[in-house]
Amino acid sequence: MVFAKPPVILSSYSVVGPKEGQGPLGKTFDKVWKDDLNGEKSWEVAESKMLQEAMNGAINQASVPKEQIDFMLAGDLLNQIISSNFAARQMALPFIGLYGACSTMALGIAVGSMLIDGGFAQKVLVGVSSHHDTAERQYRLPTEQGAQRAMSAQWTVTGAGSVLLGSDGAGPRVTSATIGRVIDFAVKDVNNMGAAMAPAVADTILNHFHDRQLRPVDYNLIASGDLGAVGLALACELLKQSGMDMGTNFTDCGVMIYDESQDTHSGASGCGCSSVVLAGDILQRIKAGELKRVMLVGSGALHSPTSALQGESIPGIGHAVVIEG
Amino acid sequence: MADQTLKKPLLSVTAEKYQTLIKQYTPKPTIIKNVVRAFIVGGIICSIGQIFINLFSSFGLARVEASTAATATMIFLGALLTGLGVYDEIGKFGGAGSIVPVTGFANSIVAPAMEFKREGYVMGVGAKLFTVAGPVLVYGIATSIVVGFVYFLLH
Repeated sequence: MVFAKPPVILSSYSVVGPKEGQGPLGKTFDKVWKDDLNGEKSWEVAESKMLQEAMNGAINQASVPKEQIDFMLAGDLLNQIISSNFAARQMALPFIGLYGACSTMALGIAVGSMLIDGGFAQKVLVGVSSHHDTAERQYRLPTEQGAQRAMSAQWTVTGAGSVLLGSDGAGPRVTSATIGRVIDFAVKDVNNMGAAMAPAVADTILNHFHDRQLRPVDYNLIASGDLGAVGLALACELLKQSGMDMGTNFTDCGVMIYDESQDTHSGASGCGCSSVVLAGDILQRIKAGELKRVMLVGSGALHSPTSALQGESIPGIGHAVVIEG
Repeated sequence: MADQTLKKPLLSVTAEKYQTLIKQYTPKPTIIKNVVRAFIVGGIICSIGQIFINLFSSFGLARVEASTAATATMIFLGALLTGLGVYDEIGKFGGAGSIVPVTGFANSIVAPAMEFKREGYVMGVGAKLFTVAGPVLVYGIATSIVVGFVYFLLH
């Protein structure tokens, strides 16, 4: 999809937990919580509050009256996307709930841009969240359980990111998007989600360059959402074997957000991961003129704990959005 | 819009071939390091248990009673350290060394109890208490029944 009237990213806002705040990108986030619960009674409530904070932050930064926002698009990892639903209850905006697992930020920006470019909206608010502890208890083990994590395992980011898209104004623009196909290369290991998602990301990247007749060097930065170190290496290898050399501008938000000393093994994952890296680091570098054309490929693992226990493999998906300064 | 007459690009790697790529790129578990750490941590936990057995024996308890009291003490310590948020750190370092002893069992009960308290005492703590330890109990008890039955037949 190429947008005829590319929507503008009017503002962005990111809220993260303490671990993300200590990471290499700590200074790029708008707000860092001192602890994961932030005074709420449960992690689920905290995650929903975090999403609200990010969305309200984006609205305030753009100084746009809330009544002017036509749609709110949001998603998260919890069952029935409750963090987004409860945040939407407070936001009181026309709400479209999205689920693309960890790819939801890219999906939301793509759908929001379609709404604006199609003439159905002037302003669309997009936000996603994830929380380490809510994801852990839903997908894996109780958090106080003493167990070792696999070397390929990733750490779910506690964070929420939001962007406000508008039909006109000043700021970086969303120029094109590629909606991904679900690709399943029969990976069953839920501790190696990067490997499960890498083929879908590679497929979307191939399709994007084919559709747009461009090459990786035409972009200053190509960032996948949360493949982690293992998934990123696999995606590079898949693309290389398919005849596409990604060069040096290909990286992964899940690799950027933590450093080695934080002991996260393969890197980060979760909706929050790509959303806070985009809302923080990437958009700031675009605004500073350091990056001209960036592609974000949100990566999602579309499984559930039930499907994994029943022996189903993990379907992956990748959605690409291109943002130009 | 893309030119629909063009052939769609395809990943030139099959799912089968991908499995070998995964093996190649996924870091191996650090088995030797884990085994050594498990040996040390497990050894320390068991040594502490032995200290308690000796201590209780010196108070005049019989051998069997002393080891029962020591087991109860170790369960208490495992639960306490879980509650203080320390046991998961020990588990991360020690692996099987801190899972196999009775303290690990205490951890596997207390951790879900803490985790699911927010869903209430019946459907939360009550229903989820044995999410980790449940399989161990089910197959442990089932095995002991079978072994007990065989023992009964042989004697």
